[in-house]
Amino acid sequence: MKAILALSDGTVFEGQQFGATGETVGEVVFNTSMTGYQEVLTDPSYKGQIVTMTYPLIGNYGCNEVDIESIGPQVEGFVVREYSAYHSNWRSQWSLDDYLAENGIIGIQNIDTRALTRRLRVHGVMNGCLATEAAEGDLEAEGLVEKAKSWHGLVGWDLVKRVTCPNPYAWNQRINSDFQIEDSSSTEKAKYRVIAMDFGIKYNILRQLTEHGCEVQVVPATTPADEILAADPDGVFLSNGPGDPMPLDYGIKTIQELMGKKPIFGICLGHQLLGLALGGKTYKLKFGHRGANQPVKHFETDQVEITSQNHGFCVDIDSLPNTVDITHINLNDDTLEGMEHREYPVFSVQYHPEASPGPHDASYLFSRFTEMME
Amino acid sequence: MPKRTDINKILIIGSGAIIIGQACEFDYSGTQACKALKEEGYEIVLVNSNPATIMTDPDFADRTYVEPITADTVELVIEKERPQALLPTLGGQTALNVSVELAESGVLEKYDVELIGAKLPAIQKAEDRGLFKEAMVKIGLDVPKSGISHTLQDAIALIDEIGFPAIIRPAFTLGGTGGGIAYNIEEYQKMVTAGLALSPINELLIEESIIGWKEFELEVMRDGGDNVVIICSIENVDPMGVHTGDSITVAPIQTLTDKEYQLMRDSAIKIIREIGVDTGGSNIQFAVDPKTGKQVVIEMNPRVSRSSALASKATGFPIAKIAAKLAVGYNLDEIPNDITAETPACFEPTIDYVVVKIPRWAFEKFQGTDETLTTMMKSVGEAMSIGGTFKEALQKGLRSLENGWSGFDNHPLEQIPLSEISSKLTIPNVERIFYIKSALKRGMSIDEIYGYTHIDPFFLYNLQEIVDFENNLEASDLQAFIEDGDIAETESESLLLKAKQLGFSDRQLAELFDVSENQVRETRKRIGIEATYKTVDTCAAEFEAETPYYYSTCSSEDEVRPTEKEKIMILGGGPNRIGQGIEFDYCCVHAAMALKTDGYETIMVNSNPETVSTDYDTSDRLYFEPLTCEDVLNIFDKEKPIGVIVQFGGQTPLNLAMALKEAGVPIIGTSPEDIARSENRQLFKEVLDEIGLMQPPNATVTSSEEAIPIASSLGYPVIVRPSFVLGGRAMQIVYDEQPLQEYMDSAVQASPEHPVLIDKYLEEAIEVDVDAISDGQFTVIGGVMEHIEEAGVHSGDSDCVLPPYTLVDDQIDQLKEYTYLLAKALNVCGLMNVQYAIKNDELYVLEVNPRASRTVPFVSKAIGVPLAKLAARVMAGKTLKELGFTNEIVPEYFSVKAPVFPFNRFPGANSRLGPEMKSTGEVMGIDTDVSRAFAKAQKACGYTLPLKGNAFISVRNKDKRAVIFLAKKLTDMGFDLIATHGTAKVLLRNGMDVQLVYSIGKGRPTIHDYIKNHAVDLIINTPTGDLHRTNELLIRQMAIEHDIPIFSTIPGAAAAVNAIDALQRGEISVRPLQDYHK
Repeated sequence: MKAILALSDGTVFEGQQFGATGETVGEVVFNTSMTGYQEVLTDPSYKGQIVTMTYPLIGNYGCNEVDIESIGPQVEGFVVREYSAYHSNWRSQWSLDDYLAENGIIGIQNIDTRALTRRLRVHGVMNGCLATEAAEGDLEAEGLVEKAKSWHGLVGWDLVKRVTCPNPYAWNQRINSDFQIEDSSSTEKAKYRVIAMDFGIKYNILRQLTEHGCEVQVVPATTPADEILAADPDGVFLSNGPGDPMPLDYGIKTIQELMGKKPIFGICLGHQLLGLALGGKTYKLKFGHRGANQPVKHFETDQVEITSQNHGFCVDIDSLPNTVDITHINLNDDTLEGMEHREYPVFSVQYHPEASPGPHDASYLFSRFTEMME
Repeated sequence: MPKRTDINKILIIGSGAIIIGQACEFDYSGTQACKALKEEGYEIVLVNSNPATIMTDPDFADRTYVEPITADTVELVIEKERPQALLPTLGGQTALNVSVELAESGVLEKYDVELIGAKLPAIQKAEDRGLFKEAMVKIGLDVPKSGISHTLQDAIALIDEIGFPAIIRPAFTLGGTGGGIAYNIEEYQKMVTAGLALSPINELLIEESIIGWKEFELEVMRDGGDNVVIICSIENVDPMGVHTGDSITVAPIQTLTDKEYQLMRDSAIKIIREIGVDTGGSNIQFAVDPKTGKQVVIEMNPRVSRSSALASKATGFPIAKIAAKLAVGYNLDEIPNDITAETPACFEPTIDYVVVKIPRWAFEKFQGTDETLTTMMKSVGEAMSIGGTFKEALQKGLRSLENGWSGFDNHPLEQIPLSEISSKLTIPNVERIFYIKSALKRGMSIDEIYGYTHIDPFFLYNLQEIVDFENNLEASDLQAFIEDGDIAETESESLLLKAKQLGFSDRQLAELFDVSENQVRETRKRIGIEATYKTVDTCAAEFEAETPYYYSTCSSEDEVRPTEKEKIMILGGGPNRIGQGIEFDYCCVHAAMALKTDGYETIMVNSNPETVSTDYDTSDRLYFEPLTCEDVLNIFDKEKPIGVIVQFGGQTPLNLAMALKEAGVPIIGTSPEDIARSENRQLFKEVLDEIGLMQPPNATVTSSEEAIPIASSLGYPVIVRPSFVLGGRAMQIVYDEQPLQEYMDSAVQASPEHPVLIDKYLEEAIEVDVDAISDGQFTVIGGVMEHIEEAGVHSGDSDCVLPPYTLVDDQIDQLKEYTYLLAKALNVCGLMNVQYAIKNDELYVLEVNPRASRTVPFVSKAIGVPLAKLAARVMAGKTLKELGFTNEIVPEYFSVKAPVFPFNRFPGANSRLGPEMKSTGEVMGIDTDVSRAFAKAQKACGYTLPLKGNAFISVRNKDKRAVIFLAKKLTDMGFDLIATHGTAKVLLRNGMDVQLVYSIGKGRPTIHDYIKNHAVDLIINTPTGDLHRTNELLIRQMAIEHDIPIFSTIPGAAAAVNAIDALQRGEISVRPLQDYHK
């Protein structure tokens, strides 16, 4: 079945549908990771976005119930050069096609994804409309371009409300060395009690916290500071999440009230919110950082970590108050990757130390958090 | 850390002759290292015996020693040059082994030389099986279970731990003979007993069988600051059980989830840290159980490898260059990524295409050997291809091999019923991928094929998709669409587009529809299907690429913008094969360098990832593409160069020359028509007649009926061969009517389209090679090379000496005169090579090749003039006068070129030398004394001539007179003689002491017993004709197995005896090229 991806600048890519059918709009972004499409699909930070993978063959190893980062796929649409109808892996349970169809996510394949990526790199990310043919010849490229143009975009939009959990819950899962999900509550007693503010949290953050001896209570993004403090956790975790941090004034306020009272660790959107809470500014990157090969320098050790990243917004390094130290920087474009408060036990990173997908180079940050809670 | 300033002179060791498993990839890595370190201001001392390398060009190092890579010779270099550091990790296993030897023997300590990159303990830990296993266990990683046994009892005790099936590998048997897989105890006991008997040291390695597991490789880099990155991941299509060098491989990994891949990545990082490779690249191999995902570590190479070269070309990340910079102290984040210019080298390349590597074998040259692909590498070369999908890349890769395959095509296979195809699928072989196709075409399921091959179903499914689509094509109206021309028809158009997207070549479609390739091309162009080009940029388009490294894929956007400059396109040599290897790549690289200096923009086209020519900074633009007419024309149409060079890449581009010219491509240099005049027997005869030169009497025949009377009129022996061959393919000396009949019937199916050439064989003639350069008006001799072996042994397999060592001035003058005449008659513009035979003072022309020859780099190094560079400039319009090369250079020292053979990989194959080339590489020995130069060349080949001991002599009757003098000299030099009956009698009569051995089958002891008892140090054994062939073959095979120098011609033996004499008279000394060329 024919499918079209129309960009707001008028560019039209015609390909074939896979996954679900229908029509969707979103910000079109690219991810350069060669593995981990299922983790990408299920990362809530992609809410509002149509994701294209730069690696051309997708679907090769199928999908399974373990490699998920949230309850299900979160992307608005999925764009690949070649979808592999055959999935081969001893852990594979479903084809990607079935997985997307089941979850209502439209996929398009057989388009020149490198041409699309180059367009996004040169002109910046832009809005797009992805639609599949319902009847022969009903796809009008012009109309889809118009839909892409008229879409409001991510800036100023609170997407967190669409992905945060409705009610608090306790996390009690881990993945064992055979890549099977296990109940973690049965294992040794946790040393730290952590409240994780869910702005769109990835499961692997929760698994990592659990691995590092934390008992984690996940709470909705709108949970006020007094409620969190009343539970008297050993530390508060600020999660990743989708979109623009600016409209999330409730989260910023909560963080401001928590600072200095509890150890805080933030990742990605959590890091951006912390930056805003500290009085800094955020801005939108031209085409963001999305992939598993971003080099980040850690000043303390002078070592380089290869990191997993997924963000379109960024904390302005020059806007930070002098109460914070810059701990990490992106070697590709010198943007801020990590910071730490000079007085309070508060630190954050822009990238994803929980990886999934991506390298495990930065998992030490979870230990750093538990050290702060000692 | 910034670069080290406490060292300023660094020794780099190369890898020597091209052998199976160690090819031009180490020239690529060594050249990058020399360039990178020189750029940093270090003084570079280089040792490499291979003259065909770019790294041994005198410009690349400060002191270039073309000397044997042995510990004693390298010690001489160290003594003379006193480098502060030795970089051992860029010259393959050869360099690593010699470095270890120097470190262990205390030489490095004695001269205060520091190993940089990898220290001795790290190398030992990685190379020693036991230490490596221990290290892996320490960091919690699994390795296949294994153990060593010296007795049956040991082995039986071991099997409880290892379990069945178990692999038995006898140590040090030729080609791993005596090894196998045992599935039960009875079989096991039998194999162990046999294996112990076969192993010269009575040792067996017993291993857990993981045959059929998935095989993966990671290319890892580490710097002095302990930053570790993965440059490339590779998945082998052929599972465990086939050497990775013999496997079709794919980058990146296709069938692991992120969780599984990251587990492997974590292991790789742990391994490089535990082994302790300080800086540089390492290759780590893993096996994964397809049923459970269990990962085990197979091995680690603590150095750059063939896979690193592949990884560099696959990603655009220059591993060897970066490794060299890390070795002198830089960290990864201090080195810029050349491709993006803005981002650092400290990152992991991500690619947005699929890379496929396919090996190329040469079994046709080693008939009689087992052609099964095993854990011992047997391929001689490889092609790499880049495509948007696996299917496209695979099809490009198959046509890149230049085996006559147009892609995943339907070329004829041995006709076997489907029920019997399973053995072709189960036992890995050269054509297995095509047997898979045959099985798919006939409806065998992916599951069943998987059961036989254990090739991951993901790959099989992709093959199935190609086959299914081909079935659609065959059922379509596309044939009519192509033949009829201008009908517009959407369905056919989209079908053709889809075919191109799946990587079908024009030729492949032409074969399917029985139309001409040109018709497909025209149809395709008419409906607007053109190749589009994309950039290899290390970053999947996240950053703008600065380096022009391109590949084609059928897609919607062509991102490559040609410039307005004057361009010259150079066609490379494609995958290495016997007869066409590094020498031609050397010439192509030189052409690029020379034309750049003349202000042209150079465009390189090649498909061989091992080469320097496919480095992104060798030419201005690099197209990593198959060297087929279609692919070259596509690039031509895009770039519109003012000239295309076809005479530097060996036979590959020459084969395209006519078709390219007909398509309007301006070929520069000697015209394709003149090249054809030299290659076509009839036309060439006319050329020779015209200028009055002689050829051995010859004729062309098109059937065996014709051949018999012609051969007898020419007089036996005759040389027979198919027309248009490279490296003497299927060329034979025939002594009688019977074998001629056999040859005509079986070896070549002669026909009017495929004529067979018959030449009178000039027995015991001296063969001479002459390389020359001509600008169309004026010709200068590059070098005159006298062969040591008589004519009849392929020139690529002969030792040769420059300048001649037995020819007199008159003969040399005549050779030159003939060469000038030939250059003029063939309107040569560029390089030419002529092969002559001198018999009874008559000079015969054997062959003229108006193109770069295999000997160009050797001659260039011998005379100190870069002939290929001059030739490229001449072809672009300069005269030799303008270039200042008007006088021949005759060096006052001798350069000897010696071939290296792969017989140890092909047990059972006929190892006798003849007109068909069998060597994989060559070395050069230089000295002021010709015998010492020969000794050096022998040593560089791995044959250290003995200074004392037992010499075994067995020669045919006609050589008995000549051998008396040699034998006498050997006894005078202190050797004891062993001989077979006939030879012994002659020697005894001439007053020498001889120990008599029996001919095989006639009594004991035989020579075999002596060899087995390590009581033979030198063998002189000239072939007696076909009667005793098996006997001689056995002797040759045993000599190869026991590394005993063996000489099968009297001139060869004489050179060896003189060389031993020279060695006895004094130590070998070393001297760099820069001093010779002064």
